[in-house]
Amino acid sequence: MKSRREFIKISALGLGGFALAGGAGMALRTALNQGMPGAAELTPDLTRTPTYCEVCFWRCAGWVYKDEQGRLWKITGNDDDPLCHGRLCPRGTGGVGMYYDEDRLRTPLMRTMENGKQTYREASWEEALDFIARRLKEIAAEHGPECIALFTHGSGGEYFSTLLQAMGSTSVAAPSYSQCRGPREVAFITTYGQGLESPEITDIRDTRCLVLIGSHLGENMHNTQVQEMSDALAKGATIITVDPRFSVVAGKSKYWLPIKPATDLALLLAWIHVIIEEELYDKEYVERHTYGFEQLRTHVRSFTPEWAYGITTIEPATTRRTAREMAAASPAVIIHPGRHVTWYGDDTQRLRAVAILNALLGSWGRRGGFYMPDRVQVPQYPRPPFPEPARTWREAFPDRYPLADLALASGICEASIPGATPECNFKAWIVNGTNLLMTLPDQEQTKEALRSLDLVVVVDTMPAEITGWADVVLPECTYLERYDIIRNSPARNPNIALRAPATGPLYNTKPAYWMAKELAVRMGLGDYFAWESIEEMLDWQFKELGTSLEEMMRTGVKNYPRNFDDIYFADGRDIEFFTNTGKIELWSTTMEAAGFDPLPVYTPHEEPSEGYYRLNYGRAPMHTFARTANNPNLADLMEENDLWVNPVVAGLWGLKTGDYVRLQNQDGIVSTFSIKVRVTERIRWDSVYMVHGFGHADRRLGRAYGRGINDTELMSRVHYDPIMGGTGMRGNFVTFILDDTGKEARS
Amino acid sequence: MNPMIDPQLNIWHWHIPLYLFLGGLAAGILFFAALYTIQGKEKLYPAAVKRAPFITPFILVIGLLALLLDLNNKPYFWQLYTTLRLESPMSWGAWTLMVVTPISFIWCALNIREIFPSFDWKYRWIKRLESFFTKYKIAMSWVLLIFSVILGIYTGILFSAFNARPLWNTSILGPLFLASGLSTGAAYIMLVSRSHAERVMFSKIDIVLIGIELFLIIHMFMGFLASTQVQIDAAGLFLGGPYTVVFWVFVVFLGMVLPAILEVLELNKFRVPVLIPGLLVLFGGLMFRFVIAYAGQASRWLY
Amino acid sequence: MRYAMVIDTKKCVGCSDCVVACQTENKVPIGYARDWVVEVTTGTYPHLQMEIRSERCNQCENAPCVRCCPTGSSHYSTGGIVLVKPRRCIGCGACITSCPYDARFPHPKGHVDKCTFCDHRIKEGNQPACVEVCPTRCMYFGNLDDPGSEVSKLLRQRRYKTLIPEAGTKPHLYFLT
Repeated sequence: MKSRREFIKISALGLGGFALAGGAGMALRTALNQGMPGAAELTPDLTRTPTYCEVCFWRCAGWVYKDEQGRLWKITGNDDDPLCHGRLCPRGTGGVGMYYDEDRLRTPLMRTMENGKQTYREASWEEALDFIARRLKEIAAEHGPECIALFTHGSGGEYFSTLLQAMGSTSVAAPSYSQCRGPREVAFITTYGQGLESPEITDIRDTRCLVLIGSHLGENMHNTQVQEMSDALAKGATIITVDPRFSVVAGKSKYWLPIKPATDLALLLAWIHVIIEEELYDKEYVERHTYGFEQLRTHVRSFTPEWAYGITTIEPATTRRTAREMAAASPAVIIHPGRHVTWYGDDTQRLRAVAILNALLGSWGRRGGFYMPDRVQVPQYPRPPFPEPARTWREAFPDRYPLADLALASGICEASIPGATPECNFKAWIVNGTNLLMTLPDQEQTKEALRSLDLVVVVDTMPAEITGWADVVLPECTYLERYDIIRNSPARNPNIALRAPATGPLYNTKPAYWMAKELAVRMGLGDYFAWESIEEMLDWQFKELGTSLEEMMRTGVKNYPRNFDDIYFADGRDIEFFTNTGKIELWSTTMEAAGFDPLPVYTPHEEPSEGYYRLNYGRAPMHTFARTANNPNLADLMEENDLWVNPVVAGLWGLKTGDYVRLQNQDGIVSTFSIKVRVTERIRWDSVYMVHGFGHADRRLGRAYGRGINDTELMSRVHYDPIMGGTGMRGNFVTFILDDTGKEARS
Repeated sequence: MNPMIDPQLNIWHWHIPLYLFLGGLAAGILFFAALYTIQGKEKLYPAAVKRAPFITPFILVIGLLALLLDLNNKPYFWQLYTTLRLESPMSWGAWTLMVVTPISFIWCALNIREIFPSFDWKYRWIKRLESFFTKYKIAMSWVLLIFSVILGIYTGILFSAFNARPLWNTSILGPLFLASGLSTGAAYIMLVSRSHAERVMFSKIDIVLIGIELFLIIHMFMGFLASTQVQIDAAGLFLGGPYTVVFWVFVVFLGMVLPAILEVLELNKFRVPVLIPGLLVLFGGLMFRFVIAYAGQASRWLY
Repeated sequence: MRYAMVIDTKKCVGCSDCVVACQTENKVPIGYARDWVVEVTTGTYPHLQMEIRSERCNQCENAPCVRCCPTGSSHYSTGGIVLVKPRRCIGCGACITSCPYDARFPHPKGHVDKCTFCDHRIKEGNQPACVEVCPTRCMYFGNLDDPGSEVSKLLRQRRYKTLIPEAGTKPHLYFLT
């Protein structure tokens, strides 16, 4: 019987190499504190290098500067970049910290048995890659290549994706889908035949009314959107924010609707009701472009603001006033679909209501609403066609989540646990740039899957919870030390950006493209990576795009004119939408065919029982998910998350700002660490709030270990969206444990 | 955020209050020495004029060492003496010490035979210097008298010049620290005096000085409480705030009221060992500097 | 010439980009900061108001730190910028204590450090790093003596405040409210 995979803690680490590495880390830390990064010897080089940011998925283009000593100094935005306009967000500016982080993974690690205990030993690239290639071939031969899955949330994923598809697997999943924006994409695709893409196609710059529902723009630093929101504010745009928490943007809004959590759909239906009953909708637009208006009118007739008041606690007069405000701005109005929208399991339906509201106000395809994006077609470097896969990821969960249009990270995770559908089991994972333990809710399921797999390969720059589960850990160099795929973002104008290495890789780290090519060569799939060097491939692609690597090294970004003048719909012209009816489907034929409500219906969600509070979570502008908590520059801005508690609740529990508590959820799960209380009026009395991405349990993260609470571990209850498999995570409730033993656990 | 600045200013630790206490004590001792020299009462008050000043060079040097230890950029210490900036108490205070400290050494040298009756300077040039200073002793006493008052006031002005710390930002602090310095000086003279008459005299002086201190403290609080919110808050640190007990019990009661009572009792023929009130006054003076230094850093503007 | 910074609290989202941009530009050691963000919320749920300010040295016209510096290390430079000459600074802490804004800190190298309005960048015709990086463009830098400068215009057009004007420091950081 095969021994099951255990999570390896640092205490179990084998070789003395780590002790040495730790020593070097201390030296580097001291150097950091002197304000003089004492990294490897580098030659003086005052030129700037183009890059695009990898600290989050927005991928703003920038310049990396070095100082007189040739050390990485600072990163600034590229003025020509339509995403950042020369201004990076705090994470992009603090990206140098990723390079200087002394806790980085430094060399390949392989799982081994020592004295009956599982541990890691340092390995050469040769050995690690040979092992992985052999195991992947064995697994593909035994179970089929479809049993190999890739989880990725980084630019390097592109290369591993090519490798997987070359093997014959299409199971490439990003947690950004089923844990984040998936329901939104499905809702808009079913309504408009088109998703919102990333970066979103919201025309915030020219909007006159921006409606945010649970989106805390400004705290999530989606750079372009934050910049455009600021411009819109300066031009006098109205902001309406629906959030149980007094978010930063709520503080800048003309209307803040402190809605009772989990009732947003009722408010949306009431808004639709008002806009139809008061005839505030864009009649010409609805007439020309939409399908199912009459059914919608009938459907929402009873959803009055008074009806919604009993559910949402938003006063009917406010509901009406805000609906009229939106209509007055129409079509330059955006009911923002948000990004992280996997909340309660009926998220696709809620986002359908958002899509419908936008359609009624005629904002889709209109200035100040949603623009039609354009992008460059980046040619593929010549390679053989991919083999036809025998199975796709979809068959791993037959009859479920019929409208999912991308692989589900959580679904693959579930399907990796033997039992349910043996022939569709996943046997091997490659995980690149995503810390699944802190990303997927229901940690027990994730751990069960990890224990069951035949092979787990983790490619990352930093140690994290997920690296403790790997058979092989491959240390990736940071984005500042490597070339990468050409960035090709949807925007008002087509544009491309180059990422080039500002310096050679520190330690024994390598770029993902190198790893994928080396594996491919070992597996006899070298034809899929036929280029000699990455520079050669990029130059080939750039030349196809009318530029060159040499020119891009000087400009970083290239903007192109639009192919057609179609950023907004022309007035009085019919548009063919990619839906079954060719219209904007207010009444969704796709939903009906799949057996779901063709019009959104409000269903109540569970409320916290006495002594429990809804666990709400969000983002801080200086951190990205769970991946930046150890970045020295960013940890300096925020080193731990705190727990927002309303003063009434704090009074009840005798809590003061600065106290440390642990949390226990409805299923009895207790947080590993404790969290600092912040007593604030900015939160309701029925919920608590924390920023996601803290409470790291891997001791190798010197700065992040044990700081704050990991909200993911308290999300044992997941509300799956039956439509597309999104993992609703906001139906978890917590209570306080008033001791600070968790605090002590850090030391 | 910045260590020693956030969340609350904590840039000055034990060094500065010790430095100010020792400076005040030296100023007090030297003031009386100079005063009675000018008045020609050396015979009447030998401890004040001759014995007590022997400690001043040592405490002044210890004080300066404490100041040096407090500096974050010690190798650049000498920059203090490249310029005189009258707007900066730190600057003119440093220069005042540059005047007072050498005089304190000379003073001791002139009186060395008080301690070692058979002391001989050996070298003729030193002996010539000795006779030079002996000749101009009165002039030197005038200089010392003036500079010891400046030094005593400086120990308070160093704090009170900071408008940013409402607790310190009161001009009463100068006279108050001067009075406290004189009081500790008088207490020290009492301790080393061997003459009953002298002890009685300095007991009386000390009682008057303590009276003045209490008067100034009451005025300081009246001023605070009649002022702006930030100064009301500053006074609050002592009126129910975290420094209430330490200030009223250790500084005011044990350091001022109790020794004053003991001294009054002694004047009224009760037998009180001179050690007790003397040490209490010295202890009170030290605590006073510590309390003001720490509480002042905790007092701030609201915005 | 009088340099000043105008900061629009209505636009600022408190993201701290100014802080990290300053840190990298000026090589401010980890754990220290020349600028910082303050959030003030008033009221009771759900009747709340919030102000967010990016703060730094106020480059006071009547600077207590310059006044109390015993060596002349703290001084007024071009445009009224208050600077520290590290080689004249003895690290006595008087200036740190004298600042009602707590804008100065002891640099681990010994001298006192603070915001310089990025004078090295101004000399080259650039904006201070914090101003140039701000994603909301809520910060403006310019010359108060030039009536045509953006800062002068904003101060004519908008309501503003300074921090602790009653301290008499004549600060040169203006917050639009």
